Amino acid sequence: MAKLEGETPVFSEDRVRALVEPHRHERGPLIEVLHAVQADFGYVDKRAVAVIADELNLSRAEVHGVVTYYRDFRSEPPASSVVRLCRAEACQSMGAEALVAQACEKLGVRVGERTPDGRVELDQAFCFGNCALAPSVTVDGRLYGRLDAGHLDALLEAL
Amino acid sequence: MTATVYVPRDSSARSVGADEVAGEIARLAGERDLDLTVVRNGSRGMLWLEPLVEVASSRGRVGYGPVTPGDVDELLAAGLTEGADHRLSLGLVEEIPYLARQERLTFSRVGVTDPLSTEDYEEHGGLAGLRKALAMEPAAVVDEVLKSGLRGRGGAGFPAGVKWSTVLATPTPDVKFVCCNADEGDSGTFADRMLMEGDPFLLIEGMTIAGLAVGATEGFLYIRSEYPDAVATMRTAIEIAHIRGWLGPSVLESGRAFQLSVRVGAGSYVCGEEMAMLESLEGRRGVVRAKPPLPAHAGLFGRPTVVNNVLTLAAVPWILINGAAAYQALGTGRSRGTQVFQLAGNIARGGVVELPFGGSLAELVNDFGGGTRTGRPVRAVQVGGPLGSYLPASALDIEMNYEAFAAASAMIGHGGIVVFDDTVDMARQARFAMEFCAEESCGKCTPCRVGAVRGVEVIDKIIAGEEAAANLELLKDLCDLMVDGSLCAMGGLTPMPVRSVLSHFIDDFHLGEDGQVRPGGQTG
Repeated sequence: MAKLEGETPVFSEDRVRALVEPHRHERGPLIEVLHAVQADFGYVDKRAVAVIADELNLSRAEVHGVVTYYRDFRSEPPASSVVRLCRAEACQSMGAEALVAQACEKLGVRVGERTPDGRVELDQAFCFGNCALAPSVTVDGRLYGRLDAGHLDALLEAL
Repeated sequence: MTATVYVPRDSSARSVGADEVAGEIARLAGERDLDLTVVRNGSRGMLWLEPLVEVASSRGRVGYGPVTPGDVDELLAAGLTEGADHRLSLGLVEEIPYLARQERLTFSRVGVTDPLSTEDYEEHGGLAGLRKALAMEPAAVVDEVLKSGLRGRGGAGFPAGVKWSTVLATPTPDVKFVCCNADEGDSGTFADRMLMEGDPFLLIEGMTIAGLAVGATEGFLYIRSEYPDAVATMRTAIEIAHIRGWLGPSVLESGRAFQLSVRVGAGSYVCGEEMAMLESLEGRRGVVRAKPPLPAHAGLFGRPTVVNNVLTLAAVPWILINGAAAYQALGTGRSRGTQVFQLAGNIARGGVVELPFGGSLAELVNDFGGGTRTGRPVRAVQVGGPLGSYLPASALDIEMNYEAFAAASAMIGHGGIVVFDDTVDMARQARFAMEFCAEESCGKCTPCRVGAVRGVEVIDKIIAGEEAAANLELLKDLCDLMVDGSLCAMGGLTPMPVRSVLSHFIDDFHLGEDGQVRPGGQTG
């Protein structure tokens, strides 16, 4: 299952089956399997749904239902960078909404959208558990606290 | 002699540069040929001081903070390794009033030890609770937890011992389970995260004791995906515990089995509700189940299951070591022991404060927290997460216990305290409560799924002054319906913050200008 850093593997049924294998004998393994597939491919391809259903003896509807229920699972490849601003109460109390507006303007997108060149996706989150050092953002999974307008600008420019 | 320097690995500390500080200390120590080792400890929970660097000295641990990478050269030159004086020096860490005034039972090791060192863990009293439990009859362990008065720290406050004794008494054809709910999704709460990152073996020990007590041989720890550091730390700790024989087919060579594994959530807030969490653990959509059956009778995969929060299970080793009476001696009324409060939001000194139940909210917000970070007056404090009430500044003398909060139409919940200054628009906060419910509802109950969307619309109309009086009535009616018609706390408690805004902050709806409702009008 070796892959080069930052490279998304080409979809293959065999690769999905190999990803299911270590979880096959776990109890209720579907979500673990979906995490594994997404970690490998970057998303859960529609074609993977049928393979996973077959491997775990579930209906395609059950697998599809789980993929679409949880916000973490994507059905399309992600942008090269994902910016997630926290909009929960603790971050609101420290000006999160102004930072969301700033990011929207700077990137020219709304929350949930990606830039026209497809490189950056702006997303929201409800709490990273960094509420004493609010407001918070993650950039490609890395958490930054005590965010202010200048720092957010610098982070977005570095993308 | 090798100097030991501590730089936290806690994700909050990392979010403000702890990794860079640790890297710079190692690099410059190498350049200067200094004999030092860097230990990545948990955080002491004084988060406004992060990155908080400590050095072991003959007097005790001396702290410096907040430290930036740019300060490191100067700190080393000033004699950091000897605990020398410096403008960033905080003196002896354990004498800092914020820490010295706390009573840390559950958090006693967090920030002190290397979280993944089994030697550190045992040297600081780890495993003593488990050893004691192994020498007792399971029913005696359950009885001890029952007598301690320990209540569920996840929010609902249900007596842990009652759950445990039900699971102990329920027969099973094969297995029973212990599930730890680490889906800490409430804004303003981070104690579960800090404990998992800072003292993972304590949670393992607590879960193992629970397993032995009720006859469960398998445990699951359900951690939200927003906590990648906690996931990594717990996975490593569980692996180490299996290798050491603390977990596995024969726990501490007792011949009794307990296996433990981590499951990662996938971004659903409602999975913090125990019935939705069980669905998720079974690999399904996180849709709430109706009760009965209770999880204690038919929980995970239909088997008798203990479901407890991280802090509930982490309190158990202390109770076994020190006895139920010692735990029972702390606290007030029916709220026994300590609660790990979390100071968050617009607060000067945010962090973790573990105290016996019984102090006041004002003491936490003002004495510990130092008021707002912006320096403006406190206007509102939300306690207990997104489903908790907003309390006005005039109500901060409320005592910190379950009953006092219930009497004030509020809840302590998981102990999260989010402070807002006087620039907050409380009508927007009421709207957000509904918006959040609309975003996160699992969809099972119509009053929650549809009601939350209608709630946003109705609040928008009131804010816009469209038939404000009639829409205010409609909003109150909707709140009643959501409370009465929802299976779980998502729909059932979303009205709590909304109603608290109507009770305490009605002026923010700017009613009365059209003559329909007077400011501060009849909205109780």
